[in-house]
Amino acid sequence: MVSVSDIRESGPAKVADLTRSKPTVIKDTPGYKVFRIVNLVVMVVVCAVIILPLLNIVALAFSSEAAVTSGQVGFWPVGFSTSTFMVVVSDSMFWRQYLNTVIYTVLYTLIAMFLTTTFAYAISRKDLVGKSFFTWVALFTMFFSGGMIPSYVLIRELHMMDTIWAMVLPGTISVFNLLVMKTSFENFPKELEEAAYVDGMTTYGVFFRIVLPLSKAIIATMVLFYAVSMWNSWWGAFLYLTQKDLFPVTMYLRNLIAGINSQGGAAGGDVAAQAQINANIKSVAMVLTVLPIICVYPFVQKYFVSGVMLGAVKA
Amino acid sequence: MSITASSLASRNLPKGAKVLPDGRLKLPKGYWQGPDGSVRHAQTMPTWKRMRKDWRLYTFVALPLLYFLIFCYVPMIGNVIAFRKYIPGSPFPYNIVGSAWRGMTYVEQFVTNPAFWGVFTNTLIIAALSLIFTFPLPIILALLLNELRSRRFKRFVQTVSYLPHFLSIVLVAGLILQLTASNGLINAALMKIGMIDSPILFMQDAGWFRPIYIISQIWQTVGWGTILYLAALTQVDDQQYEAAAIDGAGRWRQTWHVTLPGIRPTMIVLLVLNIGSFLGVGFEKIILIYNPATYETGDVLSTYLYRIGLGTVPQYSLATAIGLFQSVIGLILIIVSNVVSRRLTEASLW
Repeated sequence: MVSVSDIRESGPAKVADLTRSKPTVIKDTPGYKVFRIVNLVVMVVVCAVIILPLLNIVALAFSSEAAVTSGQVGFWPVGFSTSTFMVVVSDSMFWRQYLNTVIYTVLYTLIAMFLTTTFAYAISRKDLVGKSFFTWVALFTMFFSGGMIPSYVLIRELHMMDTIWAMVLPGTISVFNLLVMKTSFENFPKELEEAAYVDGMTTYGVFFRIVLPLSKAIIATMVLFYAVSMWNSWWGAFLYLTQKDLFPVTMYLRNLIAGINSQGGAAGGDVAAQAQINANIKSVAMVLTVLPIICVYPFVQKYFVSGVMLGAVKA
Repeated sequence: MSITASSLASRNLPKGAKVLPDGRLKLPKGYWQGPDGSVRHAQTMPTWKRMRKDWRLYTFVALPLLYFLIFCYVPMIGNVIAFRKYIPGSPFPYNIVGSAWRGMTYVEQFVTNPAFWGVFTNTLIIAALSLIFTFPLPIILALLLNELRSRRFKRFVQTVSYLPHFLSIVLVAGLILQLTASNGLINAALMKIGMIDSPILFMQDAGWFRPIYIISQIWQTVGWGTILYLAALTQVDDQQYEAAAIDGAGRWRQTWHVTLPGIRPTMIVLLVLNIGSFLGVGFEKIILIYNPATYETGDVLSTYLYRIGLGTVPQYSLATAIGLFQSVIGLILIIVSNVVSRRLTEASLW
């Protein structure tokens, strides 16, 4: 059903689009033409500066050790070799920690989504007694936090050290995501909820069978936000985990960077030789860790952007 | 779903209620519309009755509140160990709040320590440099992106420049260390063009730490930072550009007098947010890329308190005191900058 107000709303936007895509209306001055060329060059440089370091890592991962040590590798593998690649791929600890990352990411995202959506739905209801109190309980944690040591002490005293819970429970609710969800629920068409209540549904029914299924886009965005943040996190593991077989794969990478070899080979031996092998291994581990992100990223990027915008509307 | 006159009457509307053209109700103060569409008033339904009616919503609130209580507010209370002696393994609640008052002992301990002030200065310098470079660059990039005419190319640049935002900080640290290594790309390139004869040990040289940190920070954030500005740019009224053009303003003056004022609220909100996290600057990254050789320029408050609190000889109370100092300053900064921005521009966080 298209109403007059709909047309009116889309009207100016369309006009704006037309003027944007028809720049011939205003003739370019020579100065502006020069600017456009410079601008194009700047953009190409920006892209190159962002992509080239990543390309270098990929090239390093597939180069021979000799080429890596002598610093010959640029953006294309020198002396193509997959031997280092096989070293990492055949390290069972690497895959163990990779699996841990997957488990933590899935579990964390599930818990976080459940808590975030239910809380956001409750505080999006204007008639809820205590709504502003609940909102401020969440908001205040954005501006003031307990700090590193009290949090560490708490996790230790809860006997959560070296458990999966130390990874998935602290930081479960992101207040930013919560506010985005809340805004989205506030804009949910009231008539649909009303109709469901008239049909005799309870809050549970309305929320799980009406509101959630119709908020798929924003939920997808939130899932991505949470999943990526967990996939990339290492600090919680660094603080709260000591057992290697619980580490996420970011800790594998971190230990390589810090020069702690996972096979314990760093002790003794030729230090220089160790360093060069590490340069290779590091690159391979980096490539393998980032691969899922790079593969999924182009397809989900727009969800992230829309999520940030929604959050900004609130802020 | 239009509202007919009969359904209006059956709702028993209070005096002064209006039905808006889109079918929603505009109710006078004190009234509100329940989730089932019924019109309610505070006096007709007492608070406890409203709470009982919504009991299911409170079950939604319970678990998240418990989460905030345990994982956010208990550590906030735990901050009192900054003023109390702490013995690990004490019985509850002394294992959270410490065993005996020590007053300002720990605060005095760090305030009188010159090493602390060295670290504090470092933090201020790194935070200020970060702000100076990472705040305006996304604005400039957004303005340049906005001038691109090929939509496909614009989208390509955006996709590429957002990418670093999605990479783990560990990966970024690895990238930095690899690029700056003695056999890394940067040294190889510099030697090739003959600028240096032997490799520079970037990460062993305190003088290089800040530039490298800032450059990597720009690399990570500049693209993602443009999103909100690009959104704000589409909101700038085209009529203003036309008016400026009629007045004879060229592209530069249009940018200066129309575009920048148009995105000013966005700039201010982001600035306030940036200032709030001023002292917490770059902690996770610094702890990955610094080493004793670069403590002199790279050590910041959070890395310092990490080494004190969770290093070889843990000093919980002292580290907590430093952390509390940092949090309180952060809170003050965000409140002050928010007030200032509200006074000056009407743009604010709350």
